Amino acid sequence: MKDAFGSPQSVLVLGGTSEIALATVRRFLARRTRTVWLAGRPGPRLDAAAAGLRDEAAAHGAQVGVRTVPFDALAPETHEEVLEKVFAEGDIDLVLVAFGVLGDQTADEHDPMAAVHVTRTNYTGAVSAGLVCANALRAQGHGSLVVLSSVAGERARRANFIYGSSKAGLDAFTQGLGDALHGSGVHVLVVRPGFVHTRMTEGRPPAPLATTPGAVADAIVHGVRRRSRTVWVPAALGPVMSVLRHLPRPLFRRLPG
Amino acid sequence: MSAQHLRSPRRDATTAPPADGGHGRPTEREAAAGSAHRLLTGWGGTAPTGARVLRPGTRAQAAAAVRACGARGSIARGLGRAYGDAAQNAGGTVVDTTALDRVLAIDAVGGTVTCEAGVSLHRLMTVLLPLGWFVPVTPGTRYVTVGGAIGADIHGKNHHVSGSFTRHVRGLELLTADGEVRTVPRGSELFDATAGGMGLTGLVLSATVDLLPVETSLMSVDTERLPDLDSLLATLTATDDRYRYSVAWIDLLARGTAAGRAVLTRGDHAPAAALEGKGRTARAARREPLAFRPGQLPPAPRAVPGGLLRGATVGAFNRLYYHKAPRRRTDELQRLSAFFHPLDGLPHWNRVYGRAGFVQWQCVVPEDADDALRRVVRLLSRRSCPSFLAVLKRFGAGDPGWLSFPARGWTLALDIPASLPGLGDFLDLLDEEVAVAGGRLYLAKDARMRPELLRAMYPRLDDFRALRARLDPRGVFTSDLARRLAL
Repeated sequence: MKDAFGSPQSVLVLGGTSEIALATVRRFLARRTRTVWLAGRPGPRLDAAAAGLRDEAAAHGAQVGVRTVPFDALAPETHEEVLEKVFAEGDIDLVLVAFGVLGDQTADEHDPMAAVHVTRTNYTGAVSAGLVCANALRAQGHGSLVVLSSVAGERARRANFIYGSSKAGLDAFTQGLGDALHGSGVHVLVVRPGFVHTRMTEGRPPAPLATTPGAVADAIVHGVRRRSRTVWVPAALGPVMSVLRHLPRPLFRRLPG
Repeated sequence: MSAQHLRSPRRDATTAPPADGGHGRPTEREAAAGSAHRLLTGWGGTAPTGARVLRPGTRAQAAAAVRACGARGSIARGLGRAYGDAAQNAGGTVVDTTALDRVLAIDAVGGTVTCEAGVSLHRLMTVLLPLGWFVPVTPGTRYVTVGGAIGADIHGKNHHVSGSFTRHVRGLELLTADGEVRTVPRGSELFDATAGGMGLTGLVLSATVDLLPVETSLMSVDTERLPDLDSLLATLTATDDRYRYSVAWIDLLARGTAAGRAVLTRGDHAPAAALEGKGRTARAARREPLAFRPGQLPPAPRAVPGGLLRGATVGAFNRLYYHKAPRRRTDELQRLSAFFHPLDGLPHWNRVYGRAGFVQWQCVVPEDADDALRRVVRLLSRRSCPSFLAVLKRFGAGDPGWLSFPARGWTLALDIPASLPGLGDFLDLLDEEVAVAGGRLYLAKDARMRPELLRAMYPRLDDFRALRARLDPRGVFTSDLARRLAL
């Protein structure tokens, strides 16, 4: 169960190697989290992520169980079986949907199947996994579903509209899911980070208001505590994007980046 | 007196604030079916969870509700005054006991009452005071049910004399997980597990409670102001035994040596002779010495902006409250409701904390661990915790309930807005001080303690767990609190 400050005792991460997700889990470990599930593609990266969390927990002197579970966003037909097994072992207080790929916009525009890979991961995969988790959370009557959307989904830009459109779909889906779960005891949080310095964005020129996984993690912890519906990271992106959203197309098209 | 006409009319709920934390309301269709899915919180308004709420009107309906509870179990809920998550059960069933509201028998000579679990102390006072009897123990609100009073084994300002509520319960009827109704006499193992057992041993259906005879419905009160914590503790140690009721309001926002300055109020039920005096209260009471008509303001508004209660505003309130109090005043006649339940005058006072809600923190440390108490007060004062409802009391000997909270020593209770930054870690720090000193936290108020500390604080925890495993192997009775702390 979450405590009065929204600190979860058990956390399930979909996309268990996500730097943002791991930074978030580390913050929860310092509070009340004693069970962590990292779902992701099996392999050394996932194992290393789990080992890192175990070391972190040991530093706090807490008895923490960190387990991994094979999960493939691109195989939505397996999601129900895989995730229900996790829920069958005990309540999950917080699910963090953190998987996603950026793609390569320029190349993908000439390779439709590569573009579909982006949308199937970021959107279709999250729809199926999100629904499975939402139903399990609804049945237990409590819990938070935190979904990493992106500022790129707010308004599609010339430079990354394939990724942006997948996040736009995910964002709309999550908002609707939040309304569907309203009053059930389940809280849904849409997280909209701007440019985050991670593996995913390595080598790319940072956009204005660039942020870090740690800052996103802090915003998630705060959003869960306040039971917010949406958080922007950094917070200034909220007002900035509400201006950009209303810029006339000809002007918006000419924006750099 | 026949039980029939003591049954409260169905609309009684309009006088008592509703039981929920102000969240969802059942739709008409759901209400007609006798069950509704609702979001519930404790009085503190934190951590809402969803559950199916059933409101049985008879013990047969109560048994049916428990039988049909499903895999996520059930828990009883009275008037929702536990601050944390004790009376909520995410994804499961919550049995609202407030329709089990019959006063079954009153022995006006011997001084006992037998009533169903959903009867409130407010109702008992209304019925019993005109007969010259008072409840043996009352907390800071009358709006708790008898079932809740047993489940939390509540205490009042008279703990140092009278002990906790269940010390005055002769016996109770308990619906257990196997569907049986057991008669549980005081002194039995099941009684001691149920006293303070947070509703996890079964559903209390009815109880027989010993009463206290009173001559009037007024209190004779001595008030004094004490400039610091040391003088407060010394005064309590030296003279508390002369009073039936005693509690100190303390100012945690005062700095330096003034930290812990206090307004101490102590008193007893006024004897009939006290009404001979001249004052307005005495004159009015002479006509009807046992009248009980507590007044109420309109409820606090639903939407209160957060952040109203900051260090500065609460600090100003505390200064005013301290300096307004008389340096020393004796034998003042006060209305019972003003002495015991000042906050009941403002229905839904919990709303002043806004959407984020608040947490209550109540600890007890052993009498000789007053150093730990001083450290806790110092930490709170240094942190400028905006708490205007901090009270300190000296408990008498501990009670037999396995998970009963009181223990001989000092108890400190305060509430803090839940939105205060860093509050979680800060309270963990206070918990450590309490645990190291051999003290404990009050489960009926908790919404955030570390489960790891529980065993040190409640030495009979393993017995409690073993009894539950034996009595209720499938977990028919469980709650958010039970899940969070693995009770």
